[in-house]
Amino acid sequence: MAESHPQSLLDALRPRLAAVAGLDADALEAEQIAVLGRKSGALTALLRSLAALPPEERRAVGAAANELRQAFEAAFEARAAALAPAAGAAGAAGLDLTMPGRRRWVGAEHPVTRVVEEICEIFHGLGFNRAIGPEAETEWMNFGALNFPADHPAMDMHDTFYLDVGGDARPGDGKAVLLRTHTSPVQIRTMLAGPPPYRVVIPGVVYRKDPFDPSHAPVFWQVEGLAVDEGISFVDLKGTLLHFARQFFSPTTKVRFRPSFFPFTEPSAEMDVSCYLCGGDGCSACKGTGWMEILGCGMVHPKVLENCGVDAERYTGFAFGMGPQRIAMLRYGIPDIRLLFEGDMRFLAQLGRAR
Amino acid sequence: MNVSRRWLEAFLRRPLDSADVARRLAALGATVDAIEPLHPGLEQVVVALVREVRPHPNADRLRLCDVDDGSGTPRHVVCGAPNVTAGKKYPFAPVGSTLPGGLTLEKRKIRGEVSEGMLCSARELGLGQEHDGILELTTDAAPGTSFLAVADIADDRLVVDVTPNRPDLLGHKGVARELAFSFGGTFRLPAVPGSDGPAMPTPLRSGAEASTGGVRVAIEDAVGCPRFLGAVLRGVRVGASPEWLRARVEAIGMRSINNVVDATNCVMFELNQPMHAYDVSRLKGPAVVARRARPGERLTTLDGADRPLAGSMTVIADAESAIGVAGVMGGAHSEVTPETTDLFLECAYFEPQGVRATRRQLGLSSEASYRFERGVDLWNGPEVLRRAVEIIQATAGGSLDGDPVDLFPQVSHPPRIFLRPARVTQVLGVEVPWDAIERYLVAIGATVVSKPDDGRIAVDVPGWRPDLVAEIDLIEEVARLHGYDNFPTELRPFRVGDLPSAASEGIDGRLRQGLVAEGLFEVQTLPLGPAAGAESVRVLNPLSAEEGYLRARLLPGLIRRVEGNWAAHIRDVRLFELGTVFLAGEVGSPPREEHRVAGVITGAREPAHWSASGKSPDVDLWDLRALFESTAALAYPGATVQVEGGEWVAHAPGGQVIGWAGVASADAPPWAAPVLGFELLVESSPRSAPRFEPLPVNPAVTRDLALLVPAGIAAAALGDAIRKSAGRLIEAVEVLDEYRGAGLPAGHRGLAFRLRYRAADRTLRDQEVDASVTKVLTVLREQHGIELRAS
Ligand SMILES: [Zn+2]
Repeated sequence: MAESHPQSLLDALRPRLAAVAGLDADALEAEQIAVLGRKSGALTALLRSLAALPPEERRAVGAAANELRQAFEAAFEARAAALAPAAGAAGAAGLDLTMPGRRRWVGAEHPVTRVVEEICEIFHGLGFNRAIGPEAETEWMNFGALNFPADHPAMDMHDTFYLDVGGDARPGDGKAVLLRTHTSPVQIRTMLAGPPPYRVVIPGVVYRKDPFDPSHAPVFWQVEGLAVDEGISFVDLKGTLLHFARQFFSPTTKVRFRPSFFPFTEPSAEMDVSCYLCGGDGCSACKGTGWMEILGCGMVHPKVLENCGVDAERYTGFAFGMGPQRIAMLRYGIPDIRLLFEGDMRFLAQLGRAR
Repeated sequence: MNVSRRWLEAFLRRPLDSADVARRLAALGATVDAIEPLHPGLEQVVVALVREVRPHPNADRLRLCDVDDGSGTPRHVVCGAPNVTAGKKYPFAPVGSTLPGGLTLEKRKIRGEVSEGMLCSARELGLGQEHDGILELTTDAAPGTSFLAVADIADDRLVVDVTPNRPDLLGHKGVARELAFSFGGTFRLPAVPGSDGPAMPTPLRSGAEASTGGVRVAIEDAVGCPRFLGAVLRGVRVGASPEWLRARVEAIGMRSINNVVDATNCVMFELNQPMHAYDVSRLKGPAVVARRARPGERLTTLDGADRPLAGSMTVIADAESAIGVAGVMGGAHSEVTPETTDLFLECAYFEPQGVRATRRQLGLSSEASYRFERGVDLWNGPEVLRRAVEIIQATAGGSLDGDPVDLFPQVSHPPRIFLRPARVTQVLGVEVPWDAIERYLVAIGATVVSKPDDGRIAVDVPGWRPDLVAEIDLIEEVARLHGYDNFPTELRPFRVGDLPSAASEGIDGRLRQGLVAEGLFEVQTLPLGPAAGAESVRVLNPLSAEEGYLRARLLPGLIRRVEGNWAAHIRDVRLFELGTVFLAGEVGSPPREEHRVAGVITGAREPAHWSASGKSPDVDLWDLRALFESTAALAYPGATVQVEGGEWVAHAPGGQVIGWAGVASADAPPWAAPVLGFELLVESSPRSAPRFEPLPVNPAVTRDLALLVPAGIAAAALGDAIRKSAGRLIEAVEVLDEYRGAGLPAGHRGLAFRLRYRAADRTLRDQEVDASVTKVLTVLREQHGIELRAS
């Protein structure tokens, strides 16, 4: 019964005194009734109940309660005066200060840019610098160097746009020019540029021959990462990506790793994070599983290191890749990927204000 | 890959829960995309006993039945089936239930007699095509018992997402192997009903040619077909499959055709080995030969299409012509028909890349080509053939004519891989105990040949795992079976790399900030579009003709987005994009890529405000010029903007054109404002830091000059002339005002300039400034014919 004791009721009312100064006219009226109302005001009722207390206590609590009542009365009065219409009009030189201010156009970064930036920043804090590379590549850079066996069903996972650049190169011969299907060629460029250690994060646009539908686009963003050094293991991969997930989603995020297949990593994994909407209980966003598939990752395949002239016996590493568009859609509740390409001012303004 | 839960249960000899199976498979790397209950809609169907059958008073072919459905209330049912018999049990769909075909049963009158539900045929329950009558049940179950429980047909289809490296999971046996490990149990092939066990003798191993049952078998293309097994079965009765076989084939989503075809499909989905059965009577020779297609050769495949074959393709032929495209599809002519009595069974290994090339060339994919492309087990042919013969003999009879043959011209063995436990620790980060490693390798079917005395283990990998070729592949298996979640998750110390961050990223950030501060929204548009000039790069295989080229400029994409906003009745649009454009490079080389920024503004300069009566002027060219110049300064250090051909053009310090700004043409509604746009090349090398210059300590002196300027003289030229003639004390010359209108001589305008003078070391005296102004006016008058405007 501590809750209803006059002293604790008094303590509960005190913080509301300071809040009076921020109330608008409607809220002020409601609060006046709630605190000092003749019938059901909290303080009124409290004062009434004092009669039931032993005399000693009645005196102490009564004094404090009366003091508080006076303070409330003063605060309500001051607030009412500040809100009076005359006060608005009586501002500097008789202006009506309730009139709207003069605004300027406010722009915003694209929501996907914001997600890309956040991802890169978190990895920057883990020692990853940014690397970028061209969007048109040779077949060798996009597939061969990354240990895709020539003409293998693994290529079917990447429906590829090829470019007409003249010459005699043909799809399948390694020299043909294509639009990169992942940012992984930048891993190769990074490793060809100098000796290990490497620690880079690679944002960029990639292309797959998927027609537009609510969850697919022929062009999309990817952020990849690569860490290669002596002594880097699967444990580092898990630790780094858990750290990322907790920074990006929430400090209580859980992760789960499932075996998967990518030609350029082995062992390969998919990382799921606990759904940040339902916390893992299951909801429509996570299709009731409590998990969301966020990124693919794995230990860099020794063949890939060798293709770049890195001693695969001495150096090991991990790589990962994720789709910021998908992450943006999950985070902001965007139902259709096409909205990200349409440039609708209302959409951009809505998400520009969001954080 | 469609997997049947019941089929797995037959392998594992234990009941399974589909959701549990899905969880276990996902943890081992095979995601289950969907669990589809088979026979949906049969939940409400019950076993019912027909107590009495009477003729229908108004219809000869209908009968009236008293049915006990266990509810306690006798049901009156009108039934049209000739076989309905009092005292027998049938599946009964009560009023209110919905059958697989979508029919919802209602209480209704049929020819004047009330019918409360339906006694069902197999077809009405979605259990087959037979419609001769209602399905008689031989069961002791009481009326009212669930039909699904009695019929024992409940099954789930699990749609497993099999990664391209795991062809073994394209057969139930491979999936069962994974689950057996997960459960810590065993698995073996399901028994074949009606069979006493496999009875086929071991096939006779030969080189490139042999014969069996009077059929000559040969490999003439050992590259495309390294191994070929064949058997002849005579006296076969082709007919409908028995219930268990039909259920298996249908459970994984195939149509039941006949007992022979179903048997080969069953083996394919069990052991991941496609097979083919030929009608021996249709084989010329009789012979079955694996060879390359001949020039001009054609084949009508099983799907009825007549297809030209290429010399690069491996085919199966009889003594005269092709009878099948190896690994892709058989021919129509030698197909097994209901009249077939003698079979030639083919069980071959076709080389994956050849099958892939052929099926692409023919544009023809099949369950067989899908499997051969990913690699079937080169060494398991004899077991597969034995299984197929067992099932066919159990379901269609027939007997082997001679020993089966096994052509294997270049005998090989699955690879032996050496695994170092120290390497396992290096890659996985923790030590996995040796006995655990051995247990995992045995579980996937590998043979551990030696113990790690010299620091490495010799491992013979199983033939059904063509993905296992190097040590790292075994390390992945160790990690996978150990369980990824059983490894620690630690952020261990690391070294940073030497490479600095790409400079362009910081520059992009500043450009975005600048343009966002100007009230523009960033967009991302599709970099594909129609051709735009000779420099456009063509996509060889575009999704559509409208997206057939890579963009060579950013602006057209932005203008299309403006038009999209207009379509939504939005008039004030301010957009920018940072992105790549592509320009044709040297022949055979990737295109040239330029990193660019572009922006468009149209509509009101500011949001409407009451202080201006809700009006705001539209943006004009002077807004654009300022935006263009401020963006150019960020995008390209030292860029200058000049007027060329009635537009603004930006130049790099070296003179190269790097940008453009002006009015853009757009498909505009009448209420729209003009679209103003710019596009600039972004120079992505690191910026040099600005240098501090001492701030002025002495006051400036300003003079305003109102000039009368004849046509043909540009403000910029005039400003230059003033600056040059004003001497070294001039600090700035700014245009203050332009006046066109009444009171001026024809063709003239008034231009006012403000001149600012300052000396670094002292306060200027008026006389010094006056002298300079006099000189300026003299030069303007004498060299340009410009006078002060009379005020
Ligand atoms: Zn959820």
